[in-house]
Amino acid sequence: MNIKSLALSTALAALATASVADVKVGMITTLSGGGASLGIDTRDGFMLAINAAGRDDIEVVIEDDQRKPDVAVQLADKMIQSEKVDVLTGIVWSNLAMAVVPSATAQGLFYLSTNAAPAQLAGRGCNANYFSVSYQNDNLHEGAGAYATQEGFKNTFIMAPNYPAGKDSLTGFKRFYEGELSGEIYTKLGQTDYAAEIAQIRASGADSVFFFLPGGMGISFLKQYADSGVDLPLVGPAFSFDQGILQAVGDAALGVKNSSTWSKDLDNAANAAFVSAFEEAYGRLPSIYAAQGYDTANLLLSAMDKADVNDDAAFGAALKEADFASVRGSFNFATNNHPIQNVYVREVIKEGDVFTNKIVSTAMENRDNAYVADCKM
Amino acid sequence: MGGVMRRELWVNAALWLGLICVPLWAHWAGEPFTITLATRAVIFAVAAVGLNIALGLGGLVSLGHAAFFGIGGYAMGILAFHAQNYQPLFEWPFVFEGSQSMPLIWVVAFAVSGLCAFVIGLLALRTSGVYFIMITLAFGQMFYFFSISWAAYGGEDGMLIYVRNGFPGLNTLDPIQFYGLCFAVLSAALLVQARLARSPFGLALNAARQVPERVRAVGLDPVRLRLLAFTLSGAITGLAGALFADLNRFVSPSMFSWQLSGEFIVFIIIGGTARLFGPVVGAMVFVGLEHLLGGLSEYWHVWFGALLLGIVLFGQGGVIGMIAGKARAHD
Amino acid sequence: MTLSLVFEQILNGLQSGIMLFLMAAGLTLIFGVMGLINLAHGSLYMVGAFCAAAMAGWTGSFALGLVAALAGAAAAGALIELVVIRRLYARDHLDQVLATFALILIFSEGTRWVFGSFPLYLDVPEALSGPVSLPGGISYPLYRLAIIGVGLAVAAGLFWLIGQTRVGVRIRAGENDREMIAALGVDIDRLYTFVFALGAALAGLAGALVGAIQSVQVGMGEPVLILAFVVIVIGGIGSIKGALVGALLVGLTETLGSVFLPVFFKLFMAPAAATQAGASLSSMAIYILMAGVLVWKPSGLFGSRG
Repeated sequence: MNIKSLALSTALAALATASVADVKVGMITTLSGGGASLGIDTRDGFMLAINAAGRDDIEVVIEDDQRKPDVAVQLADKMIQSEKVDVLTGIVWSNLAMAVVPSATAQGLFYLSTNAAPAQLAGRGCNANYFSVSYQNDNLHEGAGAYATQEGFKNTFIMAPNYPAGKDSLTGFKRFYEGELSGEIYTKLGQTDYAAEIAQIRASGADSVFFFLPGGMGISFLKQYADSGVDLPLVGPAFSFDQGILQAVGDAALGVKNSSTWSKDLDNAANAAFVSAFEEAYGRLPSIYAAQGYDTANLLLSAMDKADVNDDAAFGAALKEADFASVRGSFNFATNNHPIQNVYVREVIKEGDVFTNKIVSTAMENRDNAYVADCKM
Repeated sequence: MGGVMRRELWVNAALWLGLICVPLWAHWAGEPFTITLATRAVIFAVAAVGLNIALGLGGLVSLGHAAFFGIGGYAMGILAFHAQNYQPLFEWPFVFEGSQSMPLIWVVAFAVSGLCAFVIGLLALRTSGVYFIMITLAFGQMFYFFSISWAAYGGEDGMLIYVRNGFPGLNTLDPIQFYGLCFAVLSAALLVQARLARSPFGLALNAARQVPERVRAVGLDPVRLRLLAFTLSGAITGLAGALFADLNRFVSPSMFSWQLSGEFIVFIIIGGTARLFGPVVGAMVFVGLEHLLGGLSEYWHVWFGALLLGIVLFGQGGVIGMIAGKARAHD
Repeated sequence: MTLSLVFEQILNGLQSGIMLFLMAAGLTLIFGVMGLINLAHGSLYMVGAFCAAAMAGWTGSFALGLVAALAGAAAAGALIELVVIRRLYARDHLDQVLATFALILIFSEGTRWVFGSFPLYLDVPEALSGPVSLPGGISYPLYRLAIIGVGLAVAAGLFWLIGQTRVGVRIRAGENDREMIAALGVDIDRLYTFVFALGAALAGLAGALVGAIQSVQVGMGEPVLILAFVVIVIGGIGSIKGALVGALLVGLTETLGSVFLPVFFKLFMAPAAATQAGASLSSMAIYILMAGVLVWKPSGLFGSRG
């Protein structure tokens, strides 16, 4: 897709009937390199909602951050100083969000997160202009912990990469897991061989395994685990089981349980419309990143109907009402501007030739997050 | 030869004036982002000028200079982090408080990255040529992985510094004033390099690159000369890292990435090796292309790679070589 | 910590070391014969994996995938040798670094252009899937044993090729004296293209073999490339034997370090801090090994050149 011409055509449309409440959105997301599939889904989901609305008072500028924090910072400067956007959105990764969000909100912009939602921005670092439309980073891990407790697991082996999101993940899991731990290990970020960890799992006497290994790390682990002959039940957050990754994992993922706030088969009208529109527009199934991008755009559109983006207090209040039809069903904001929503347990299945997920139970109902009390807003 | 030399001098003067005039114009025209881009280019240029002391003068192809860039960045990040939290860095043998003052941060960044360059140089200079390239690359990766697993200072998330550090008498939050600071540092680094190239040390270093036997014959140790050049080179690149961290008000392990080391070399080659202003031109061209091509195509790296390949294979002498003539094209 | 766990980890270390050897052997051969440093060797590893995944996805046969990986990587290697690399032999290392760095950019984003941004699917063949029982009650994935076997066979083949055949004589002559070999009437251009394609095919084979148990995605080659450099520094440039010993050392250090360093730290530290310290130190272990070898033998364990 040609980004410039897209921005131009929406800009021209906007010029035709300029009203007082025109909103300019800057989307910074990852469109090149190894993590590009997540950013592409975010962009496509977001633009699906914008295009479907057919409005001429919103303009979207899209740029590629290459998954580099310094590039993201530079793009944010460009969007703020040169493009003069009102709202920023789109960042996939927590470390990039930490580099961009605090200074953007300090300069009076709104930031709507389509994915990354680190703890620092939910607790003491919360801000009236920052909304996470996705989740709080811990939520899916908490859901996995709650599920492990519900299943009666007594001796889980847990592992995550050795970086802040990995540590948050294990903390989140332990927050709702009531059994014992048979082992807890941190792997190297970007590690591709898990033979050593699988041997430790085998030797540990565990009755189940929780792992958080996003992207290619998860693909490698699942394939090697399936081939190792260890057949303890696996639990993980949705990141290793999203639509973009599952096809590369194949049979190795079948039957694995994972926690998610969204699934293709969630039974509500908004979701059914979203899934079919996405498939029609892009010729593939949507992922959770696409769903979150879509919801973010619809939240923004709903607030534009109620308030002027230049009136911070009014626009913030309009956003906080969350008056839109979320593809996740029930959706509200907690006092720290992070969602209150259900966390579901999904199972990986095969539909024809395509690997996908179906919901099997609800791990947590109307979950907010652990940092609400820390946020003084 | 003389005519070509004079032409390069004119080109350099024009570039230097351009670096003053364009941001000032942007300032009056209300285009702060142009200043931000120029600041980024100038800081990358400082890093590349630092690398050029090892590479251009000493003939040391270091593919690990991002390590020093990152160390400089983390020196800034750690000092400012402790100043933000009012915790001293260490209390023994003396109390060392954090700081948000640029001059002190610069001194620390310069010293610490210089020290690391000295230690790495001590090991890597036991070898030469292609070994040296691979070893510097590997040590750079070591710092990258260490910074990711160093939880106390943010790990892979890095560290956010809420307010840009201060400089006595200036408002560093004003883009044009911060640009002025970076530009002054670049000018100083260029001056150091120009003086160094003509100094006895620079001449000996050059001789050590071309005819090491003759240098040994007059009682100088080529390895020592190279080690000194490598240390100074790492220290200047570290200083650039501290500036870069202040530009973004953020440090993260990505400052250590080996692609960045490769890009530093790219700056020098695009501009022209053994040219004083080569790294400056290279950094400007790179930042400009990144800005322009990045908006045109998701796959801009393909075009950039092809362009780079073309310059290496056919464009000996780089951009300055094309403008100022080839007489000083590298040996 | 049981003995069988230690044994299993040693097998894991061997397996990752053998795959590293396939990468490092090509690199060291290319350097030894042509004096060229090739940063794009990791891209050839990626090309191999993508060719295997595409062919296996199309035909359903892993064996055909391996053939495609060998052919595809060798063809890509021969192509870039003819178009780009050939012009670099007479240049200094700086130009070689730059040109091959540019090739990485072209290969990585070009692959994404052709195959899209989503990882590809490549799985272990049916006949080799699942674990087998080894003596001592160890159950170990058959495919990994097969990889070790293939790697050792390739290593033996390489030693034979270089030590016993006419091509090998020419390669060794090329390492020692470039002018002489030209004077002997050997077509040096063809020899160089052959050596480069051979190195590329080894990298492609490693990519395909590893791709079946890891993720086939853009950028998968660069981490392996840097490890292969560490291997070469340890083993000594131009030495196939050095590449083998270095690769096994690095594979074992990395695997055993990540498992046993945290255990070691737990002896005298709190568990959480020990896990942290162990993970941090193990991520640096191979570089410390490399520094140690440098201090002891600057030109590597089996290196002849300084």
